[in-house]
Amino acid sequence: MNLYTRRRLANGVALVAACAAAAFGLLFLGWILWTLAAKGLAGVDWALFTQDTPPPMAEGGLRNAFYGSAVMCLMAIGIGTPLGIAAGTWLSEYGTAGRIGTAVRFVNDILLSAPSIVLGLFVYTLVVQQAGGSFSAMAGALSLAFIVLPVVVRTTDEMLQLVPAQMREAALSLGVPQWKVTMQVLYRSALPGIVTGVLLALARISGETAPLLFTAFGNQYWNTDITRPMASVPVVMYQFAGSPYESWQGIAWAGALVLTLFVLLTSLVARAVVARHRVSHD
Amino acid sequence: MNPQQPHDHIVRSVDEEQQRLKGELLRMGAMAADQLLAALDAVDRRDEAAARSVVAADAVIDLLEQDTSQDVMKLALRGPLARDLREILAAIRIASDLERIGDYAANVAKRSLALNAAPALPQIRGLASLGGLAAEQVRRVMAAYAAQDADAARRVRDADAAVDAQYTGLFRELLTYMMEDPRHITGCTHLLFMAKNIERIGDHATNIAENVLFLVTGEETFPPREKRDATTGP
Amino acid sequence: MTDPRPAKLAARGLDFHYGDFRALKSIDLDIPERQVTALIGPSGCGKSTLLRVFNRIYALYPKLRASGQVLLDGEDILDPKYPMNRLRSRVGMVFQKPVPFPMTIFENVAYGIRHHERLPKAEMAARVEEALRQAALWDEVKDKLGQNALGLSGGQQQRLCIARAVALRPDVLLLDEPTSALDPLSTARIEQLVAELKRDYTIAIVTHNMQQAARVSDFTAFMYLGDLVEHGPTGTIFSNPSKQQTEDYITGRFG
Repeated sequence: MNLYTRRRLANGVALVAACAAAAFGLLFLGWILWTLAAKGLAGVDWALFTQDTPPPMAEGGLRNAFYGSAVMCLMAIGIGTPLGIAAGTWLSEYGTAGRIGTAVRFVNDILLSAPSIVLGLFVYTLVVQQAGGSFSAMAGALSLAFIVLPVVVRTTDEMLQLVPAQMREAALSLGVPQWKVTMQVLYRSALPGIVTGVLLALARISGETAPLLFTAFGNQYWNTDITRPMASVPVVMYQFAGSPYESWQGIAWAGALVLTLFVLLTSLVARAVVARHRVSHD
Repeated sequence: MNPQQPHDHIVRSVDEEQQRLKGELLRMGAMAADQLLAALDAVDRRDEAAARSVVAADAVIDLLEQDTSQDVMKLALRGPLARDLREILAAIRIASDLERIGDYAANVAKRSLALNAAPALPQIRGLASLGGLAAEQVRRVMAAYAAQDADAARRVRDADAAVDAQYTGLFRELLTYMMEDPRHITGCTHLLFMAKNIERIGDHATNIAENVLFLVTGEETFPPREKRDATTGP
Repeated sequence: MTDPRPAKLAARGLDFHYGDFRALKSIDLDIPERQVTALIGPSGCGKSTLLRVFNRIYALYPKLRASGQVLLDGEDILDPKYPMNRLRSRVGMVFQKPVPFPMTIFENVAYGIRHHERLPKAEMAARVEEALRQAALWDEVKDKLGQNALGLSGGQQQRLCIARAVALRPDVLLLDEPTSALDPLSTARIEQLVAELKRDYTIAIVTHNMQQAARVSDFTAFMYLGDLVEHGPTGTIFSNPSKQQTEDYITGRFG
């Protein structure tokens, strides 16, 4: 057959393969979501949000876990974001040329893809063991912060680099000092991107289980003291889902559904932020 | 400025169009000089048919001027600068001068028809000489244009004094002849007009010379020409 | 060429290096007061580099250094003792790409003023209006000063950048290819603006569009590979330049 027919055939084959792959992925995604909804919806009721985690075979909710997750995630964001923005700013403003900048970026990328359990273990050694083996929500928040930090550093660095050099120069040529230019002009320009990065980091840490196992550990009861162990949704899911108790399993599924919806919502908000404040630099 | 051979334009069609324009002007110049000589020849041989064909042939020069006008427009649309700009400015003016030269040559031919009604005059030789000088000016100035030779153009400009001087001489001769015998007045008057036309041809040749200088050197103001046309006063 | 007007800005023996590469070679150039001087030349000739020396914006980047003198009203601005603040308020710059700040139109213009002067609200509003009028933008934006500047069209954004620069009431305006990103109509408006602005400001404009240089400027400097090849009145340069190189570049025979 001639060249043209052969190419059309190859094109067709590739198209079919691509569609099949996409369908395959979507199939499983759909299946997961369907299963989540089917199994979890039943458990989502008022009790889920008003009652604490129950002992085996009893009914209860996830109130303390929701609270714990919220507190630790917010703390992690609170620690990781300012540090991350500062580091990212330094990288884009002063670290673009030169070996230090390259080295810092490299280390940041490693941290970005480090297994979260390793980070948890690190915080365990550093904080929990030093405190004599006492787990705490603070330690948990710290381990989550280590996950947030590289994400924000990278996002800030990239978003700031996207701001055209001429905007920097324009602001500086008005006589405005460098730090003011960074804070008043550059951040404003890069803000939507940075916010998106933070939101995506939030979506990620809300589902992290491994680091919390060694740091916050978990708590059956309602606890608001951050120096003591605190429950969190993923850890509770881990405990409950593998247990033989039906009530626990039901709560785990409900928790999974709520967590998934939260991540979905956060991602959508992140996209909306970008879309609305799109600063086109063309 | 040193008129070395410049490199070609990056956009080659500019060079092509400039060459075409130049070619048209050179053809116009050759035709104009030929027309003058043909007219003088018709006067000398008192050949009516020849004179009429000179008059008719002037239309070709007019058409050529229109062609150059269109070519100048095309080049102007490119927004030319420096020498290219001077080229088209000079081309417009030179075309206009050449067209006038053609007109004057045709006038001489046309007037010869009336002149033939009168008996032959001895001053016709003087006219032929004047005409030959003017035609030579036209040839030389067009050669200067073709070669972009500033010195040659200056020489043409300076030589106009000789044309004017000869015209003045012929003018006086004709006046004297007219005063001697009133029967000569008609013929001499025609000759006077023809001589004036030829003198104007010389002036236009000088204009062309000045435009060539403008093109080559960028000079725009020239020291006043020595006008030896003393017929209108000292 | 002698010009009766004094030179507002003058480069004397100016050299410029990118690392080891010598980008400007011993430039001597006068920018006459309240006239428009155009810098033309092929890519890489150093015209933008030269412009950016005039407000020392190159100091942002490592490995760039200038030696020689640049005199603004007789004072050497390359001297480290010359206060940067003063330089910035006397020499303004507009860039090729319109880069309004991500703020309101009002804030964009007020931003620079705020840094240098503390003005009461009414006076600030008057200054902003003055700047926008000078940039021929007032009528188009006077009802939407609170809107985000990014909503303006390209040509309007560039005029806003000009307003931002003139808001500081500088003596000199440096325009780095200000219209190369704009459509012909916006370009024409900005050229008209330049003609009006030169009544009050000394203007140096870099352009790669020779017709624009011929239209807009009073003096033109032609540069090539870091050298100042020729400079003089625009009419002379564009009708009868004295250097063959200038002639060749202008008529499109090289470059």
